[in-house]
Amino acid sequence: MEAIKTINLSKRYGDTLAVDKLNLEVHEGEIFSLLGINGAGKTTTIKMLSCLSRPSEGDAYLMGKSILADSAAVKSIIALSPQETAVAPGLTARENLELMCGVHGFSKDKRREKIEEMEKLLSLQSIMGKKAGKLSGGWQRRLSIAMALITEPKILFLDEPTLGLDVIARSELWDTIRALKEKATIILTTHYMEEAEALSDRIAIMKDGRELICDTAKNIKLAAETDNFEQAFVRIVKGERA
Amino acid sequence: MKTLSFALRNTKEILRDPLTLFFGLGFPLVLILLLSAIQANIPVSLFEIEHLTPGITVFGLSFMTLFSALIISKDRGSSLLQRLYTSPMTAADFILGYTLPIIPISVAQCAICYIAAIILGLQITVNILWALLSIIPVALLYVAMGLLFGSILNDKQVGGICGALLTNVSAWLSGIWFDLDLVGGAFKSISYALPFVHAVDMERAVLIGDFGGILPHLWWVLGYAIAALIAAIALFLRQMKRQ
Repeated sequence: MEAIKTINLSKRYGDTLAVDKLNLEVHEGEIFSLLGINGAGKTTTIKMLSCLSRPSEGDAYLMGKSILADSAAVKSIIALSPQETAVAPGLTARENLELMCGVHGFSKDKRREKIEEMEKLLSLQSIMGKKAGKLSGGWQRRLSIAMALITEPKILFLDEPTLGLDVIARSELWDTIRALKEKATIILTTHYMEEAEALSDRIAIMKDGRELICDTAKNIKLAAETDNFEQAFVRIVKGERA
Repeated sequence: MKTLSFALRNTKEILRDPLTLFFGLGFPLVLILLLSAIQANIPVSLFEIEHLTPGITVFGLSFMTLFSALIISKDRGSSLLQRLYTSPMTAADFILGYTLPIIPISVAQCAICYIAAIILGLQITVNILWALLSIIPVALLYVAMGLLFGSILNDKQVGGICGALLTNVSAWLSGIWFDLDLVGGAFKSISYALPFVHAVDMERAVLIGDFGGILPHLWWVLGYAIAALIAAIALFLRQMKRQ
């Protein structure tokens, strides 16, 4: 089964067509990246797929469930780590994780088990008792991802997960994202070309709400006739290749 | 479970803010002490402890509007609500989760004011318990206003509207600080068309055991509370849809 299948998915804001008849297929267990310049429609696509925004036209199926007809079921199998760090600043890291378990209705035992699991998986031991609002940007990102992952999503949306992080924090987060691959299908949006190339099984490049190409990084470079992924991206977005 | 988890989070966020402790608990206490000291030196019947305390307990609730509006507007400004909107939480979970924590905090604030008043000479009667109970519909009114303002204003606007404007309006038009008959006319008519003075008069009636005097004021308070709650829910749902 495809983890995600969109059928002519479109979103219009007034006269602006933010996403235009998008037809994507994301395989289960993939890390799939959405790339594009500002205003390409990446975040709007993520918002529609995560039921935050209703499509103007078309539909999408997540693990076979429609975002239009069965949004409650979709919400129970997805998690979103938004572009900005989405943590409760006055709560400790542990309390933030407890909050997410609570709003997903986990039992006390399951809650304890999942928090321990996240603590180990994302190496959060040193910050569990600290208030989230006092943590560095890198730790807040990591906590934000843990809050998304603790709910056992089948599909995890990571919107610009490494934005504003230093090189070391970004590298550590890449390792984390790779480790998550076994647990969920991951949809990643990013502005960093090297990030998309290093992490993704497949990449879709978008411009003006439309998909320009969707393939592996290797095939995208082949299509753009270059060895450099960033150059391939520029050529494709400018309409010079593919 | 979902509502309780979210309500617990909101309770922690509110109580861990030092400003909450100062304005929510400290400021009403300072007012009771200060006005009692004035009353001791220059006797004014309005500031007699059994007359003053019910007014202060109602005035203190205007800070509850500020706290609930602030937490909602801050959540709207951050991505936390966006994350929670993709969870299985329903609109009712959000609204109850924001509303429920403020009610016990309001009652606790009221209880602390009465404890201070007892120390300052208020006679201990069972009516104090009734006063604590009857503060609940008043608290509901102030919480509903918090939900309403938090749904439409950003956190800076909330500071201005709830922190400055509402606290002043609920102070001036409530008959706590001066007798409205002294001004009379349109000022008094406007005051009695709004719920604040009714809340104060109701609490005063409860404290002296004048239970016959409660009902007209209770209906005013409940009417405004229900109207504010309906408007708040509609506006919260609208912003939820927009998010």
